[in-house]
Amino acid sequence: MKTVKIYGPGCKRCEATEAMVREAGEKLGIELDVEKVTDARSIAMAGVMSTPGISVDGKLVHAGGLPDEASLTNWLSA
Amino acid sequence: MTTDVTTPRQRPHAPDWFWYVGVIAAAVLWWLVYRQLIPFSEWVTALFPVARDSHLGEAIAFFAYDVPKVLMLLTGIVFVTGVLRSWFSPEKTRAILAGRNEIWGYPLAAILGVLTPFCSCSSVPLFIGFVSAGIPLGVTFSFLIAGPMVGPVGLGLLYALVGWKIASIYLVFGFSIATVAGIIMGRMGLERHLQDWVRELNAGPTGDLPEDRLTMVGRLKIGLEQVREIVGKVWIWVLIGIAIGAGIHGYVPEALMLRIMGGEAWWSVPAAVVVGVPMYTNAAGVIPIVEALLGKGAALGTTLAFMMSVIALSLPEMIILKQVLTLRLIAIFIAVVSAGILATGFLFNFLL
Repeated sequence: MKTVKIYGPGCKRCEATEAMVREAGEKLGIELDVEKVTDARSIAMAGVMSTPGISVDGKLVHAGGLPDEASLTNWLSA
Repeated sequence: MTTDVTTPRQRPHAPDWFWYVGVIAAAVLWWLVYRQLIPFSEWVTALFPVARDSHLGEAIAFFAYDVPKVLMLLTGIVFVTGVLRSWFSPEKTRAILAGRNEIWGYPLAAILGVLTPFCSCSSVPLFIGFVSAGIPLGVTFSFLIAGPMVGPVGLGLLYALVGWKIASIYLVFGFSIATVAGIIMGRMGLERHLQDWVRELNAGPTGDLPEDRLTMVGRLKIGLEQVREIVGKVWIWVLIGIAIGAGIHGYVPEALMLRIMGGEAWWSVPAAVVVGVPMYTNAAGVIPIVEALLGKGAALGTTLAFMMSVIALSLPEMIILKQVLTLRLIAIFIAVVSAGILATGFLFNFLL
């Protein structure tokens, strides 16, 4: 079980990122607890300046733009 | 973890050479099509049962020429910009600007504002990230003003639709306004007008991201992604802008234009700003209007003032910034930038 947070104010790309994360989790057979963080203040507090940002188990792994599928697999299975 | 990470995915991966060849082929095709736009628009206009030199005929010709032209330019500019900007990120920019109190921190911030990829939807986290990392407020404003004001889409379209002279003037003055407005606001000591929670905020974890090792193909993909996202979002504004431009081109008499937006009418510059600020569109939507206005003899200063206020100051952006700035600070921000725009407008109306 991994906790994944997706930081973004709710733009299209943030939703696309969430879908990608869920899909990658299913494909890898990893149970994910996906949480969306949409509040600007919390996004900034996490150190994310360009959205969407992704953190896995509290560690920030990505900020800005759609993630790459291969990297996503790496982050989730690390 | 027993999962095999190397399992081939369903979607087949195009080899690298496919991307390079594809981009070159697309560029050649783009150029060939672009050169045929005048005959194409004349052909489309001839399909309508109206005289070519009637009001409606002129408007249709303007529309049929500008729609494919602006959309093609927009696609090309957004792609190239997307690829170039993949070498920059808000994180890198913040590291460059942090602690720069010197005067040249401002022009540097303005340059980086143009080069750094960021969308207005993340301007709040970006603003907080900058300010909490110790970047002076004025420098942050220079960054935020320059981004939209002298964006590549606006400049590229201005160059292609109106000409290089006006595009260069716009570049120099837009850039100067961003720099000088930042300096002025930096001198005013406005930190106390931030929203309380921003002032109390200690820099969050700076988010040391692993350096993205992007391949060239990865950068091309980012460019393509940008095209899909931005062109998909702004095409409607482009059509609206061109329709308005076509209306002006076909129907507004030159005498009327000279009276309202001519160089003689001093009040036309402030009026252009007052009309422009609440207007919400983007560079790609406003430049066809600018093209038509200039074509009908509107004064350059008035038109520049209109264009700058539409692009650089927008109500939705202010509402986003309201989360971090007090109303008072927003008012100062609008006042300083408007003053710069007014000065530019008056200067050109008097000089020319």
